[in-house]
Amino acid sequence: MSKMKSQPSRRAFLGYASALGIAAALGPVSMAEAAAKKGGTFVMALKGGESTNTLDPALSLSHVTYQALRAYSETLLNVTEDGGLEYRLAESVEPANGGQTWHFKIRSGVKFHNGQELTAMDVLKTMERHSNEDSKSGALGIMKGIESMSVDGDIFTVNLTTPNSDLPYLMTDYHLAIQPNGGFDDPAAGIGTGPYKVTANEPGVRYSFEKFADYWDDSRGHYDAHEILVINDDTSRAAALQSGQVHAVNLVSPKTAKLFARAPHIKIETTDGKGHYIFVMHTDTAPFDNKDLRLALKYAINREEMVDKVLAGYGSVGNDSPINAAYPLFDDTIEQRQFDLDKAREHYAKSGHDGSPIVLHVSDAAFAGALDAAALFQQSAKAAGIPLELKREPADGYWSEVWNKKPFCASYWGGRPVQDQMWSVGYLSTADWNDTNFNSPEFDAMLLEARAELDEAKRRETYGKMGRLVREEGGLINPMFNQFIDGMQQDVTGWVSHPNGNLMNGFIASKTWFE
Amino acid sequence: MSFLVVKLVSQRIALGLMLLLAASALIFVGTQMLPGDVAQTILGQTATPEALANLRAELGLNEPALSRYFSWLGNAIQGDLGTALTNGKDIAESLSGRLGNTLFLAACAAVVSIPLAIILGLLAVRFRNRWPDKMISAVTLATISIPEFILGYLVMYLVAVKLRWLPSVSIVRPEMDFIDRIEAIAMPVIVLTFVVLAHMMRMTRAAILNVMESAYIETAELKGLSAFRVIASHAMPNAIAPIVNVVMLNLAYLIVGVVVVEVVFVYPGMGQYLVDHVSKRDVPVVQAAGLIFAAVYIVLNTTADIIAILANPRLRHPK
Amino acid sequence: MSRIPTSALIGLVFTSAYFLAALFAPLIAPYELGAIVGDVWEPMSSEHWLGTDGIGRDLLSRMIHGGRTTIFVASAATILSFTLGSTLALTAVVVGGWVDMLLSRFIDLIMSIPTLIFSLVVLSVVPVTLPVLILVMGLLDTTRVYRLARAVAQDVNVMDYVEAARLRGEGTRWIVFREILPNTLSPLVAELGLRFIFMVLFVSTLSFLGLGIQPPAADWGGIVKENKEGIVYGIPAALVPAFAIASLAISVNLVADWVLSRTTSLKGGR
Repeated sequence: MSKMKSQPSRRAFLGYASALGIAAALGPVSMAEAAAKKGGTFVMALKGGESTNTLDPALSLSHVTYQALRAYSETLLNVTEDGGLEYRLAESVEPANGGQTWHFKIRSGVKFHNGQELTAMDVLKTMERHSNEDSKSGALGIMKGIESMSVDGDIFTVNLTTPNSDLPYLMTDYHLAIQPNGGFDDPAAGIGTGPYKVTANEPGVRYSFEKFADYWDDSRGHYDAHEILVINDDTSRAAALQSGQVHAVNLVSPKTAKLFARAPHIKIETTDGKGHYIFVMHTDTAPFDNKDLRLALKYAINREEMVDKVLAGYGSVGNDSPINAAYPLFDDTIEQRQFDLDKAREHYAKSGHDGSPIVLHVSDAAFAGALDAAALFQQSAKAAGIPLELKREPADGYWSEVWNKKPFCASYWGGRPVQDQMWSVGYLSTADWNDTNFNSPEFDAMLLEARAELDEAKRRETYGKMGRLVREEGGLINPMFNQFIDGMQQDVTGWVSHPNGNLMNGFIASKTWFE
Repeated sequence: MSFLVVKLVSQRIALGLMLLLAASALIFVGTQMLPGDVAQTILGQTATPEALANLRAELGLNEPALSRYFSWLGNAIQGDLGTALTNGKDIAESLSGRLGNTLFLAACAAVVSIPLAIILGLLAVRFRNRWPDKMISAVTLATISIPEFILGYLVMYLVAVKLRWLPSVSIVRPEMDFIDRIEAIAMPVIVLTFVVLAHMMRMTRAAILNVMESAYIETAELKGLSAFRVIASHAMPNAIAPIVNVVMLNLAYLIVGVVVVEVVFVYPGMGQYLVDHVSKRDVPVVQAAGLIFAAVYIVLNTTADIIAILANPRLRHPK
Repeated sequence: MSRIPTSALIGLVFTSAYFLAALFAPLIAPYELGAIVGDVWEPMSSEHWLGTDGIGRDLLSRMIHGGRTTIFVASAATILSFTLGSTLALTAVVVGGWVDMLLSRFIDLIMSIPTLIFSLVVLSVVPVTLPVLILVMGLLDTTRVYRLARAVAQDVNVMDYVEAARLRGEGTRWIVFREILPNTLSPLVAELGLRFIFMVLFVSTLSFLGLGIQPPAADWGGIVKENKEGIVYGIPAALVPAFAIASLAISVNLVADWVLSRTTSLKGGR
């Protein structure tokens, strides 16, 4: 399977310089296909689907539509398990003009489910739909740096306003699934180039697929048919797997994962990811505009206890930065912040806070176990003499009414393929989702500097400085990174953990088979 | 008498329609007042301001409310409920499928639970304060006071995971025939029966006990009629009004309130459909579903009133 | 009537025990509200009689503190809905005519608005506090009580003895409280017992809307929910509160049954 593909190491792909050399090494060359058995119907039960969902890639947001997209559509490139890149609908990528212009050679002989042949024009139209002024795409943010796009034969060319050595990574965003004519005709039609063709689309209930006979890559899509059932209730989802009704489930609840895995026909796969369960403070709003108060709260949170109790050990402690070892170019010399009540008291006293309750807005909509985490935080803060008050918010409307509006609330970030993207969407002073209202000209300057930096070591160093700055000055309290916990039947074979997403970054249906 | 009945019934139906109109206005105003913004909730955390502005314009959220109300009402009367803002699906189409599922589940649960509740209620009166009465009371009270999802989990683990008699979820596929569908909803029906049984059973018991002391019951007893006959054919007709009202309340619950059971058994009914669209602020869908729920209540309440009137001869002929 | 039947006695003992525990919660709870004292889902032990919950809080303490909110909120909301619902209904029936018609249709109208939309709208205009919570729950339930009370009262209202009272020239208040209320009491008391249970369960449902109890305080339904993943694995933290709700429900209704039998016997002696 893909794990064994002959690919360059992650390192070789990180820097801009090496990106020049992508074309030589990449390709869907597989060595293990011979072992893969074909056939069967693969049924998944997933949390995170609503009857309001659509198959339009631009509006895809939930776990369920994400998995459905992975089944029926493809992007130009994918991120591999080790952080490198692999070609999908692009056959090769060439940077030019110092990383300001990028040429993507589009694969030939690929068919859409409606029988049309994939052309570079479809790619251009897709990118246009996600970036034009009418766009409501979830990928609009990452398309911002594009100045112009053009097509010449089977070459699709992107011109950027400033050089960006990470552009191929941006093209792996799952929203940017290639659709016939860019999806301008019927964006929610569910027609793509993926290994499975949509046969039923009942939002919030189920999706079914059959193997697309003309799929271009023999090394993927081993099942004859595929079905996604939407089961949002944790216990019901577990029961569906235990009773043998489905072959895989996502988001196994950490507290019961061990009990659940006792059944002999079931296995649990855990993956260290980039997602983090956090509390965010607006650094420009009193009392959180006071650095000492922020530090007091950062010292007053017991990270180990949270990982133990909220994640049942399925995770790792955070360090008040969104970046962990799952990212390329992670600086592992940044000192881990410890739970330290004395320091918390000291900073709290120094902040001169008047002792009025500090209100933390929280809901389990932020992340699973947010109320529990907040209750733990409240108790440990109390030990440091910090009066934390919890305000339970409605799950309904949490992301529109509370997050990014209230100065101190629980939140969640899923992570991004590369550091540049993570910092750009969440911490740049002008970013739309800068949920800590972090405003540091020094940080912004370093981010731009790193983006255009050719030397990998220098880039790592700059990212390290940025991480330290956010850890010290920022409004992010990051107690933990969660693991993805997926459950499946023993006979599902070919599993490879992928740090970018659960269920093999969405490719479980494409890359596994029944033994 | 038949003329009077026709007059009463038609009066109530006319009133019901007026109520529905009033409810539609209230629902419309209510949905306008809902906090939160459809564009933001559709696009979620990953929305940029440009994307939001684009979506808002496309959804026509900038027109005045009053004109939107009348055009909505006019279309709704003609059966055109519009399309969902979130996924562009035809509302009438999605809604009719969901409503069909909901009514099917509610009907099956009602067919099982209503007769059962009334029979148990009659038995409880017949063996009043003896052990059958106490047993029935204790068991039904226990089932009603356990949260629905616990009942759901327990039934699911026993029937689907341990015994493997039935699939653990009630997903309905178009190719299913009637028998398959009954099988799919067997577990939700069991749970819903547990949930609604106690209320109806206890009201039957209490309402009949309330009339048992009346003089005519004594007369019937003195005539030497069997105890059960006295209860069923002499006491019950005079206790019908409260029983019917409680039955209607529970029917209404079975139609509009089974969200939890739907979620546990993954049954595609109206409850979850409304909750999803409310939380995405998909106003046209919320309005359409709200209108249907309002109609359900109004029809059930009107029916209960009419039955109560018919059941009491003295009410039919007010002095 | 001096002899209390065994079942009623059991009901009384349990009900009063729960109410007393609620009243004196801070005195009898072994640990402070919200204190983290152990590991996740510890089994029952001499230190933690009922074990610990999902993040290591003592379950017994949490149950005692939670019982306080549960019983207080449910009782207050039940009393509100009953007083308001039955008074309105009885008045509507006795006065009759337009008053009855307007009130009844207004109640139908309120009932027909889906609870979810109703609660969200209320939530958007008033601050979320405990009194608001009780008020919303009480008012929503008033509609149900009203319909039932009206149905029962209407049957009673046409009875000969009510007619006789009217002819005697008794006032509306006399007819409501002396003639109709005693004769509608049995179904109403039965309903009261059940409404109380619905309220206990309803508190935890509202937390989805952010209307519920604020952490670290809890209600029994909420504790069941917090630990619901443990149910199928027999974790006490999920089962104990469910058991508490069920036993409270049964004992309250045993008392209601007893009151019911007393009211019907009293009537017989009329």
